[in-house]
Amino acid sequence: MTELTQSLRESFTQRTNGPLRLLREAAFARFAKLGLPTTQDEDWKYTSLAALAQMRFELAAEATVHDVDRWTLSDAAVRLTFVNGRYRPELSSRAPGGAFIGSLSAALVERPELVERELARHADSHGDALTALNTAFIEDGAFVHLPAGAALQAPIHLLYVSTAPGKPTLSQPRNLIVAGANSQATVVETYAGLDNEVYFTNAVTEVVLGDNARVDHYKLQAESARAFHVALTQIHQGRDSRFSSHSVALGAALARNEVRALFASEGSECTLNGLYMATGKQHLDNRTLIDHKSPRCTSRELYKGVLDGHSRGVFSGRVLVRQDAQKTDASQTNKNLLLSDDAIVDTKPQLEIFADDVKCAHGAAVGQLDENALFYLRSRGIGQEAARSLLTYAFASEMVNLVPLGPLRARVRDLVTSKLPAFERLKEAA
Amino acid sequence: MTRSELLLRVKDLHATVGGKEILRGIDLEVGPGEVHAIMGPNGSGKSTFAQVLAGRETFEVTKGEVLYQGQDLLALSPEERAVAGIFMAFQYPVEIPGVGNLYFLRTALNALRKRRGEEELDAMDFLALAKQKMKLVAMDESFTGRSVNEGFSGGEKKRNEIFQMAVLDPRLAILDETDSGLDIDALRTVASGVNSLRSKDRAMIVITHYQRLLEYIVPDRVHVMGNGRIVRSGGRELALELEQKGYAQVEGRREAAR
Amino acid sequence: MSTSAKTLQELTNRQYKHGFVTDIEADTVPRGLNEDVIRLISAKKNEPEFMLDWRLKAYRHWLTMKEPRWQNVRYPPIDYQDIVYYSAPKPKGQGPKSLEEVDPELLKAFEKLGIPLEEQKRLSGVAVDAVFDSVSVATTFKEKLAKAGVIFSSFSEAVQKHPDLVKKYLGSVVPYSDNFFATLNSAVFSDGSFVYIPKGVRCPMELSTYFRINAENTGQFERTLIVAEEGSYVSYLEGCTAPMRDKNQLHAAVVELVALDNAQIKYSTVQNWYPGDAQGKGGIYNFVTKRGAARGRASKISWTQVETGSAITWKYPSVILQGDDAVGEFHSVALTNNYQQADTGTKMIHIGKNTRSTILSKGISAGHGQNTYRGLVKIQKGATGSRNYTQCDSLLLGNRCGAHTMPYIEVKNTSSQVEHEASTSKIGEDQLFYCTQRGISEEDAVSMIVNGFCREVFKELPMEFAVEAQKLLSVSLEGSIG
Repeated sequence: MTELTQSLRESFTQRTNGPLRLLREAAFARFAKLGLPTTQDEDWKYTSLAALAQMRFELAAEATVHDVDRWTLSDAAVRLTFVNGRYRPELSSRAPGGAFIGSLSAALVERPELVERELARHADSHGDALTALNTAFIEDGAFVHLPAGAALQAPIHLLYVSTAPGKPTLSQPRNLIVAGANSQATVVETYAGLDNEVYFTNAVTEVVLGDNARVDHYKLQAESARAFHVALTQIHQGRDSRFSSHSVALGAALARNEVRALFASEGSECTLNGLYMATGKQHLDNRTLIDHKSPRCTSRELYKGVLDGHSRGVFSGRVLVRQDAQKTDASQTNKNLLLSDDAIVDTKPQLEIFADDVKCAHGAAVGQLDENALFYLRSRGIGQEAARSLLTYAFASEMVNLVPLGPLRARVRDLVTSKLPAFERLKEAA
Repeated sequence: MTRSELLLRVKDLHATVGGKEILRGIDLEVGPGEVHAIMGPNGSGKSTFAQVLAGRETFEVTKGEVLYQGQDLLALSPEERAVAGIFMAFQYPVEIPGVGNLYFLRTALNALRKRRGEEELDAMDFLALAKQKMKLVAMDESFTGRSVNEGFSGGEKKRNEIFQMAVLDPRLAILDETDSGLDIDALRTVASGVNSLRSKDRAMIVITHYQRLLEYIVPDRVHVMGNGRIVRSGGRELALELEQKGYAQVEGRREAAR
Repeated sequence: MSTSAKTLQELTNRQYKHGFVTDIEADTVPRGLNEDVIRLISAKKNEPEFMLDWRLKAYRHWLTMKEPRWQNVRYPPIDYQDIVYYSAPKPKGQGPKSLEEVDPELLKAFEKLGIPLEEQKRLSGVAVDAVFDSVSVATTFKEKLAKAGVIFSSFSEAVQKHPDLVKKYLGSVVPYSDNFFATLNSAVFSDGSFVYIPKGVRCPMELSTYFRINAENTGQFERTLIVAEEGSYVSYLEGCTAPMRDKNQLHAAVVELVALDNAQIKYSTVQNWYPGDAQGKGGIYNFVTKRGAARGRASKISWTQVETGSAITWKYPSVILQGDDAVGEFHSVALTNNYQQADTGTKMIHIGKNTRSTILSKGISAGHGQNTYRGLVKIQKGATGSRNYTQCDSLLLGNRCGAHTMPYIEVKNTSSQVEHEASTSKIGEDQLFYCTQRGISEEDAVSMIVNGFCREVFKELPMEFAVEAQKLLSVSLEGSIG
C-alpha cells in the first residue's frame, strides 16, 4: 500500500458519519480496490502519479488566508469561496434570490431532497479511482440549483484557494450544478494557490442540464507551482440543451483535467475548449470524452497547448458515437506549440463511431513558431524573446478570445500573458 | 396533340418530403422537340418537381400520375428512367472524389447502352466521342483527368452537366437551374451547348429562377409555379411579363381569378 | 429500407472465390507445442545449430508472455496446444529441384488461384515464391534474378545457402522477444521468403510471395526477411488466401525489412485470407508483425496494404527511421464486412534527423464490421527537422458497423512538424442518386464510390495488383448493407 493510500485510510476511518455514509463507504471500498492508477493503465499512459503516491496529505485544516481578493471577479452575481475545500461564508458574497447557490454542506442540511436526486449519479465512482476517492470524502463544495426558467446573466464564481503552511494538505471539493429546464447560467471555477506550497486538489464537478437549458462553464486552474491538481467535470445533457466548457490550465506541478459530456437526449450541443500552457517541469494532462448517446447532437472541441522548458503536455480526446446517435456532427481539434527542445507533447485524439449517418472529423498537429514570422518581427526591431512571446500569444489568443468580453476575459488574458517571458510589454499588445 | 404523341404527361402530381407537401397537383404536357420553361420563386417546388421526375426517393409521390412515352414513369427506378432517356442536369452537381470524370461517364453510357441492347463502347471509341462533345461546351482536356466535379468551379460543374447530356443523348432533358451561379460568359457557353442539342426528338424542361436564361434558350412554353402548382402557363411573352411585374403579381392574378 | 440498402442486401452471400481445398498428402507434426516439436521442425528443415538455439530461446521467452488484450478486437481464447505447427505437402522423392518436379496438384492449386507458376505463363515482370501451408513449394525466375545478383528464395533455402546473411539479419528488426505472436512465430516459423538485393542493384522484376493455407487445424507461421544493400531497390508483393472452414485458423507471420544507405523497399500486400461466413463463423486470425528498419541515410521503406480478408486483422506495419533523411510511408485500405474485425495501422518511429513519414489510411466498414485505425507517430529528441503527415478517412456502409480512429502522437522535439487529420462519413445519398440518374446501377455506384475513396492508396500498388485490389474490394463489399 502506498503512503498516500495509507494516510487516506487513516483519515477515512475518522470521519465515516453523516447522511451520505453508505455512498461514501462504497466509494472508499472501490478506491481501495482500484488503487491509484499507474502508467500501465491505458487511461494514464502518459501521466504518472508515482510522486503523489509517496506523499502523506492532511485533510483540509482550518487555515488563515491572505490576498484572496486578487482572485475575485468584479462582475460576478455571487461568489462562493472555499479554503482547502471548505466553504468560507466570510469570504463569500450572498446569492441572489430565485436559485439555491451555496455550499454543499449547507444544502445537505437545508435541501437534501434537491441534492440527493443528482449527487454522485453522474460521475463514475466505480471505474475511476480518483472520482471514487472524491466521493468517499464528500463533505463540502458548491451546490447550484436553478429552477426551471431561471436565467442568471452574471457569472456564478466558485473560488477554491489552497494553502498548506507546514504540511501538505488535501482538498476534495465536490460540486453539483443542476440547471432546470430552460434555465441559463454561467459558472466560473477558479483554483488558485496562495503561496508556493505543496498540496493536492482532487475536485469533482457534476453538471446536470435539463431540457433546453444552457450552461457556460469556465475553469481557471492557477494552482501553485508545486501543487497536484486532478479534476473531473462530468456533464449530463438533457434534450436540446447547450453546454460549453472552457478550461484554462496554467498552474500546478502536475495537473490532470478531465471533462466528460454525455448526450442523454437528442438535439443538444456541446462545446469543449481548452488551453494548456506549461513551463519548467510542469505536466499538464487534458482529457475529454464526448459520449454521443443520442441522435442529432453536435459537438465541437478545440484544445491548444503551449509547452516550454522541460514541460510535458498531454491531450487525450475521445469522441464516442453510439449506434443510435444518427445525424451526429462532431469535430475535434488539438494543436500544440512546442517551444523548447526539452518539452514533450503526447496527443491521442480518438473517434469511435458505431452509427453510419454521421459527420465526424478530428485533427491534431504539433509544430513550432513560424520561422518566417519570427524573422519578420525581428527585422522590424522586436527582440527575439519578445517576438517569440508575441507569436506564442497569437497562438493562444484564439482561446482567450472565446471567452466573452469582460472581467473574465481580462483575467484569462492576464494569466496567459503572465506565463510568457516578455509579458509586461505584451499586456499592451494584447 | 393526342395523348399517344405526347412525350410526357403529368397529371395532378402531389409529392411530400418528411410529411410536408411540396407539390400540390401539377399538370403538364410536353411533346417531342418542345422546350418548356418552368419559372417560379424560391420554394415554389420547381426543383422538387425536377427531382421527382428523375426518381429521387427523398420525395414521396402521394397522388397523381406521370406517363412518359405512354409508360408509368413513377414505377421506374432512377437508373431505369435514365435508360428510358431521361436526363437531369443537377442544380448542385455532386462531387465523387477519386472517380475519374471520363471513367464515370463511360460507365454511365455503357450501362445505358447495355440495357438498351447496344454494344458497349471501348475506351478508344468513347474518347473520340467525348472529345467531339467536349467542344460543344468548350471544355478543355484537363477536365478529363480530374475526379467527377471535384474542385470544379461553379461554371465548370454546369458545363460538365451539359457535356454529360451531350454524351448520354437523352430524349427528355430536365435542366434544374443550370443558369444559377453563372456569369454572363459562362451562361452563353452553357446555353449554346444546350441549343446545339435541341432537336425534333428531344424535349427539354428548363427550370430557372431568372428570365435571363430564356433570352438564350428560347422556350416554346413558359409555366409559372407557385406553392406547389403551375399557376400560369403561356408563351415566351409570359417570361417577359414576369420580368416586369415580378412573381407576386403574376401569381396574385391567378389567386384572384380562382 | 431504401432501395440502395435492398439492392446491397440482395447481393449477400457471394461465395469467397478461393475457398477450395486441395487434396494432397501432407507431412505434419503432432498437434501442440513443446520443445520437442520445435526440435522436430528444426530437424525437418535440417537447420544449423544457431537456428535451433534461436527458436528455443524464443519459445522459452514465449512461455513467460501473456497474450495481448489491448487491441480493439474480440475473440474467444486460442488453445495453443490444439494447433498443428507444421504441415507440408509431402515431397515426392527428394523434394522438387525445379518446377518440373513440383507436384502437379500443387501447380493446379496455384493456377486455380490465378497464380500460374510455370514461368512462360507468368507476367514476365513478376517472380513468385509460392508458400503452401508451412513451406515454400516453388520460386520462379530464380536464374534470371541470380544473374543480377539478387537472392530470392524460400527462407529454408536461405538458411542452407546463406546462413551468414540469415544470422546477421534475422531478428535484427523484430527481435525474438518482441511481442507474444512474433515470439511464437520465432519459435515455430516454418518457411517464408528471403530477399537480398546487393549494393547498387535495382531488382529487375517485381518479387512476390503467394501464401496459401490449405491444411486443417494448422497455424501458418511464415517469416519474410528482405535486405536491401546500399543504393539498391526492390518492389515486393504478397498475396494470401485460405479455404473456407468453420474453425478459425491462426496466421502469425513476421516480416523484417532492412534498408541501408539510399536503399528503397516497396512492400505491398493484398490480403484476402478467408474472412469467415456472413454469420461470422470461421476465418483466419491474422496477427502479424511487420517492421522495417530504414537504417541507412536517405533510405526509404514504403508499406502499401489492401486488407479485405481475415476474420480478425491485427497488424501495424511500421518503419523505424534510423538514418538521417530516411523516409517511411504507409498506405492502407482496410475493409471489414459481415463480422470481420480489423485493428490496423502503423508506427513511425523517427530517430534520424530530417526524417519524413506519410500515413494514408482508408477504412471501410460494412455489415457488423469493426474497423480501427491505430497508429503511433513518435518523434525522438534527436530527430530534428522531422515531419509526419497522417490522413485517416473512414467510410461507413450500414448502421451496425463501427469505425474507430486512434492515433497516438508523441513528440519530443521542437523542430518537427506532425499533422493528423481524420474524417468519417457515409456514402452520400446525393452521390448515389447522381450515379443512378446517369443510368449506373446502385451496386456499381457503391463500388465506384468506394474505389474512388481508395484511389490514392491503389495508385501506390503495382499495376496488376491495383486491378486485383479493385476487384477484391467490390467482391468483399457485396451484401454490405442490411
